[in-house]
Amino acid sequence: MTPDVPTLLDDMAEQARHHLKTHGIDQPIVVGIHSGGVWIAEHLRERLGVERPLGKLDISFYRDDFSRIGMHPQVRPSELPEDLDGEHVLLVDDVLFTGRTIRAALNELFDYGRPASVTLAVLVERDGRELPMEAAIVGAHMELGKTEQIKLRGPEPLRLERVAIDPEDLKA
Amino acid sequence: MTETLIAHPGARLPEPGPLPNRLQLTDDGQLRHMLTIEGLNRELLTEILDTAESFANMNEKAVKKVPLLRGKTIVNLFFEASTRTRTTFELAAKRLSADVLNVNINTSSAVKGESLLDTLRNIEAMNVDMFVVRHEESGTAHFIARHVAPGISVLNAGDGRHAHPTQALLDMFTIRRHKGDFTKLKVAIVGDILHSRVARSQIHALNILQTGEVRVVAPCSLLPADVDQLGVHVYNDLDAGLQDVDVIIMLRLQRERMEHAHLPSEHEYYQLFGLTSRRLQLAHPTCLVMHPGPANRGVEIESAVADGPHSVILEQVTYGISVRMAVMSMVMGAHQA
Repeated sequence: MTPDVPTLLDDMAEQARHHLKTHGIDQPIVVGIHSGGVWIAEHLRERLGVERPLGKLDISFYRDDFSRIGMHPQVRPSELPEDLDGEHVLLVDDVLFTGRTIRAALNELFDYGRPASVTLAVLVERDGRELPMEAAIVGAHMELGKTEQIKLRGPEPLRLERVAIDPEDLKA
Repeated sequence: MTETLIAHPGARLPEPGPLPNRLQLTDDGQLRHMLTIEGLNRELLTEILDTAESFANMNEKAVKKVPLLRGKTIVNLFFEASTRTRTTFELAAKRLSADVLNVNINTSSAVKGESLLDTLRNIEAMNVDMFVVRHEESGTAHFIARHVAPGISVLNAGDGRHAHPTQALLDMFTIRRHKGDFTKLKVAIVGDILHSRVARSQIHALNILQTGEVRVVAPCSLLPADVDQLGVHVYNDLDAGLQDVDVIIMLRLQRERMEHAHLPSEHEYYQLFGLTSRRLQLAHPTCLVMHPGPANRGVEIESAVADGPHSVILEQVTYGISVRMAVMSMVMGAHQA
């Protein structure tokens, strides 16, 4: 049984509203990480009533495993406002696992300027962190162990799916 | 080492083999070297153009760099003069965070008679990851690709009359950005086809991308003997060749490669094959004018056309960086598999 995504989104939006309010942030820039993060970010942006356009990040050029697995076959252009200087960024991804994607995303974000703050929001936070990354806004927490992973399918309808990890991936 | 080769004009190099893909692709079809467009498939060309597209909007970033090739060393090995190609390769490498070594062969050991393989082995010993090679002899990049250590990629930046694949790719990128679908397009390549490695690579690329019609327009003396086998429509009259075309690619008259007098005079060439404002009106109203540079104004193209509203000549230079970044990152990625 996997959690229902729209319910998680409602909960995330509630947490985000609280977070923005306590930190005095009026209009954040919502930035999703391709592909699942963009879907979640778009829904979150709508629920929060953020008017500024959605930012999209493709972290392929910033991955730390390029020298091992090579170029990602489909790199989509990142779309961000020209300058992030002084902006409050709400960075959104679908699943927080090892933390390596977020490391790459932060590096890319800082090539667009110096944001005033970055807040991480994820649909699912699972076990298996390899880097000190923590989400402030979390839809669901799951313990999956080493043999399973969780994937977001979409964009319509959005649903979570538990799948076995390919043993080949574990070796990498 | 059985082959010896002296890197000086007139040295004989083996012609590129019939199956370049055995050399330039990995077993699972990824690009390992970029030697020629010939034989590549539409999917791979499209993948290169798509990857270049994501590098193209990097110019919007405050920091115009990605860390993809951090710690890699790329050697520009240029045996022949070049401004645009060498500098855009260099900039592409730097925007991928690679370190770049420019080896100018005119001032290196080659003039002392060091063989190409010796030069290669010496630079290899500096633990480099990629060679970008330009040479006046056809087949040099293939030769180097056959002899480099595994893990090193070779990019052909122009070999004799044979190929200039990244130039053709940046031209395809420019056309695609403006015109989209290739299947509906009429493209005319005008000028010195005989001496042009750019034209050969463009013709292969346009055909692989299933361009509606590819025309070459040139006097008979500037057409290669095998032009019939290239899959193009041949025109000897510029006015006829320009009728309704969507893209005009002008080529530079390559006087330095002409062994015999192929032309009576530059003035007469301009009269017959120069792209003028008047002739441009024969083409489709939204026609693009392209030129790989350096343009000989008043020889193959009128200044007003080169600088006019149809011209995308400077865009070609800009896109050259993104396309070269795409090729560099793809070949470096392919080695890792």
